[in-house]
Amino acid sequence: MMTIPAIKIEQVHKSFGKLNALRGVDLQIEQGEFFALLGPNGAGKSTLINILAGLMRPGSGHLSVLGHDVVADYRKARRLLGVVPQELVFDPFFNVREMLRFQAGYFGRGPENDPWIDEVLEGLGLTDKAYSNMRALSGGMKRRALIAQALAHKPPVLVLDEPTAGVDVEVRQMLWAFINRLNKAGTTIILTTHYMEEAQTLCSRVAMLKQGEIVALDSTRNLLNRLQTKQLRLKLKGPLPQSLLPLKRGESGDYVTLNLAATTEVEYILAELRAANVVVEDLQLIEADLEDVFLDIMGNHR
Amino acid sequence: MRGMYTLFKKEIWRFWKVSFQTVAAPVMTALLYLLIFSHALATRLEVYPGVSYTAFLVPGLVMMSLLQNSFANSSSSLIQSKVMGNIVFLLLTPISYLEFFLAFLAASMVRGIAVGLSVYLVTMFWVHLPLVHPWYILGFALMGSAMMGAMGIVAGICTEKFDQLAAFQNFIIMPLTFLSGVFYSIHSLPPLWHQISRFNPFFYIIDGFRYGFFGQGDVSPALSLSIVALSFVLISVATLQLLKSGYKLRG
Repeated sequence: MMTIPAIKIEQVHKSFGKLNALRGVDLQIEQGEFFALLGPNGAGKSTLINILAGLMRPGSGHLSVLGHDVVADYRKARRLLGVVPQELVFDPFFNVREMLRFQAGYFGRGPENDPWIDEVLEGLGLTDKAYSNMRALSGGMKRRALIAQALAHKPPVLVLDEPTAGVDVEVRQMLWAFINRLNKAGTTIILTTHYMEEAQTLCSRVAMLKQGEIVALDSTRNLLNRLQTKQLRLKLKGPLPQSLLPLKRGESGDYVTLNLAATTEVEYILAELRAANVVVEDLQLIEADLEDVFLDIMGNHR
Repeated sequence: MRGMYTLFKKEIWRFWKVSFQTVAAPVMTALLYLLIFSHALATRLEVYPGVSYTAFLVPGLVMMSLLQNSFANSSSSLIQSKVMGNIVFLLLTPISYLEFFLAFLAASMVRGIAVGLSVYLVTMFWVHLPLVHPWYILGFALMGSAMMGAMGIVAGICTEKFDQLAAFQNFIIMPLTFLSGVFYSIHSLPPLWHQISRFNPFFYIIDGFRYGFFGQGDVSPALSLSIVALSFVLISVATLQLLKSGYKLRG
């Protein structure tokens, strides 16, 4: 038997007046995946997440969470989904623990859920802030409290919309360690982020969205392999030989950068340099990262 | 069910945590009205035979406080969570629009009745009020707070900023409550204003509520209760339609 996908999105369209925010998005995310949704501002990432969460209605198309349609069967779908909103929103009337208890209660969970709330507080380093009013928390603490709020009802699928925007490095690493742990324990994680290196190190699969369409959907590895070109940075004593000029990509300071179609070209370049009697003082091989892939894909779809 | 109950409980807590502002302050205001108006007018006015003006005033003030605070509870809670943005955490839950409505409505009724009852209990120290028809008193208290709770939900959803809500409150709710016969019997008004007052649903709430205490009023209490109940049903249907459509809440 096939397992039910964590998220299934079929032909989802959404427009706001004349603006087509989403134009026929199809996407399937399997249970247990750590998935990144990337795209420039205005690509439709948040619209897609809002529709998935029931905060907006799809213009057309279907979305389901673990097999439950987000419109027709919204109660079940929402119970299975936790969403961390992008903005730092909070209820100024309550402390962290009260707020988490209420949030779990909205999903039908009662006192039996309290140990889980303690676990979330502990995991996010909020235990000593449990009785602080939300107003009194720092920005990073508020961000953690938001994540705790999304997790209060123990959802098997967690969506994080730009969770690390404006969060310092230490907190960011702590958050990712916690989210990684959730993922290892079976929670499906879907993430939108502007930090490409986060997506690259954390996510097994990536979808890139541009102007309401998915322009790339593949494993992170495959996407990285897609950009074969590596770069060779050289510090030379002497000018670059004529034969190597076509490979030149740029120059900065003492360094000159060459494009490599394949790693084997390194040998050829070094041979040419030796033939021209140019001494290599330093050499770096630079691999493409997700940011290059992203820029490449976004550029090709202009 | 637990989702709805949790939301109700949260709404109660929300006003109770700031009860100085949400309960004590309106009680204080009502007492000041009572003090000033009864001092100024008690010796000159007797609206119903055998009923002092001070006694006449108390049910009106109780009901006015009840109405204003039922309205304030749902409307200010909604506008606050909209402006702060934390309403998203409510919209993400499996709570249905009907449960949403009932939870906000019930919490508004609790606040309105709590304030009304407090005003009544405090005035009991120096004003003696009969209780001729307690069931009418209860009926109008429930209907009045429900109607205003629902109206508060509409206002909370439709307005986007605090000043818009304040306009709604000061230019619609306040005049309707003040001009509903809290401080006078509409029989004392010139004929034109007398007629206009009859289109004010608040007039029927105040009049019927007062009938419950004294056994006398300007119109039949059964008619009043029907009008108030009908108003409540109409407003509720409209509110539920708004919530169902997701107007200004879900895009």
